[in-house]
Amino acid sequence: MQYLLLIYDTEKAGATRPEAERNKLFADYMTFTNDIKASGHFKAGDALQPTHTATTVRIRDGKTSTTDGPFAETREQLGGYYLIEAKDLDEATKIAARIPSAKLGSIEVRPVMTYPS
Amino acid sequence: MQSAAAIEAVFRRERARVLATTIRVTNGDFDLAEEAVQDAFAAALARWPSEGTPDEPRGWLVSVARNKAIDVIRRRIKLREIVAAEPQTDQGSATALVAVPDDRLRLMYTCCHPALATEAQIALTLRTLGGLTTEEIARAFLTSPVTMAQRLVRAKSKIKEARIPYEVPEASQLPERTDAVMAVVYLIFNEGYAATAGDAWFRRDLCREAIRLGRLVAELTGDPEAHGLVALMLLHDARRDARTDDRGDLVLLEDQDRTRWDRTQIDEALAVVPIALRGGSGPYSLQAAIAALHASAARAGETDWPQIAALFDELVRRQPTPIVALNRAVAIAMSQGPEAGLALVEQLAGELADYHLWHAAKADLLRRLGRHREAATAYRAALARVGSEPERRFLERRLAEVLV
Repeated sequence: MQYLLLIYDTEKAGATRPEAERNKLFADYMTFTNDIKASGHFKAGDALQPTHTATTVRIRDGKTSTTDGPFAETREQLGGYYLIEAKDLDEATKIAARIPSAKLGSIEVRPVMTYPS
Repeated sequence: MQSAAAIEAVFRRERARVLATTIRVTNGDFDLAEEAVQDAFAAALARWPSEGTPDEPRGWLVSVARNKAIDVIRRRIKLREIVAAEPQTDQGSATALVAVPDDRLRLMYTCCHPALATEAQIALTLRTLGGLTTEEIARAFLTSPVTMAQRLVRAKSKIKEARIPYEVPEASQLPERTDAVMAVVYLIFNEGYAATAGDAWFRRDLCREAIRLGRLVAELTGDPEAHGLVALMLLHDARRDARTDDRGDLVLLEDQDRTRWDRTQIDEALAVVPIALRGGSGPYSLQAAIAALHASAARAGETDWPQIAALFDELVRRQPTPIVALNRAVAIAMSQGPEAGLALVEQLAGELADYHLWHAAKADLLRRLGRHREAATAYRAALARVGSEPERRFLERRLAEVLV
């Protein structure tokens, strides 16, 4: 069963983080990623550019509109994701809790929809 | 020859266990399992009157429900390779399957999984382990059956789609998860006990259901706190008839007719409290010990308040919430005098300013100190925040007393 772990954090906090802490966070992410690769849980994962680079696209009445910024203004922003393989929600939440940003922001755990083949 | 009523009684007794085991077969699909269990019951109604009740009715029901579920799975997703591993037994000769494992515990932990909202946990527990109908749960919680049905559908779908595991949690998580189960049971009890709104009959039923579930948790986990919870609920429930008068007005503990307390239930609880306390005095056990001291006093004047205050000291250490602190203050007022209690009550002003019982407790202590004008102000403040009608009438009576 696959779960998408969506990493939310305040971008402002990330931008103002002292360099030493930023380096530590980066190293923690490296360790975590290597760990879940070694344990076979890792499917994919990336960090995202900040929301000021985001563009939202929608079609209304047949017209495509393209606007600057994310779809919703929220207190915490989507900053990255992991796609993992886990046997159930308990295993997925346990892995999510090991993501370094879980201590700073929050992780949304979403099961990936499967279609009967 | 078996009457339908007798079969129904067997079914009511065994439903939760049969369902719990069937859910394991359906791999967490609650709906399919419920359907299969219903089919098994229909089969029992059709066959037991002529064929006789099987020696192992539970085994029979599990076996039939299991086969029904497997049939559906076979048809639905054609998982032949998985199902092929399951030997298909003849539905009639199910007596071969005697040892049915008790899966109710895993059902309990799944229903009370922290990934489900508390309301969903409560509804699901009552529906699956309690066997209440959706309409009954809706009536007890004053929501529409449609809302309640949606809540159940959403919870069951989350269990299935997010794959909430159907198992007893691992040892490291067990205490925390058992706490969640006990919290749900106690919420169900309080829903039936505390409020006087809604259908009285269903409220009483809800308390009984909570006690039954609590007994199940205590029996299956052996957790001393679960025993404490059962004792606590039994002791509260034993006072039910004496809590209100003929007009439905609230009667305070000190004014209750103690001959109307349910002695049998109290005796049962009193035997459990020492077992619970031996387990390390968790919050439920401590509250049960406090309730036991009240229940042991033949008259209100004989209540062992110093002992109750000491138990509250311990409770406040373990559960440092303002509400517990307020109760402790009241116990200290009873053992050391209203002045000592009032000083402690005043300290909680910041946290409990919006809580009607804080104002009521303060008013009561001022009244006992003869400071009637201040008491009246506090009663008015309590009245401005009170929700339930009997409590309002009680506070109005007290206000009238201090205004004389």
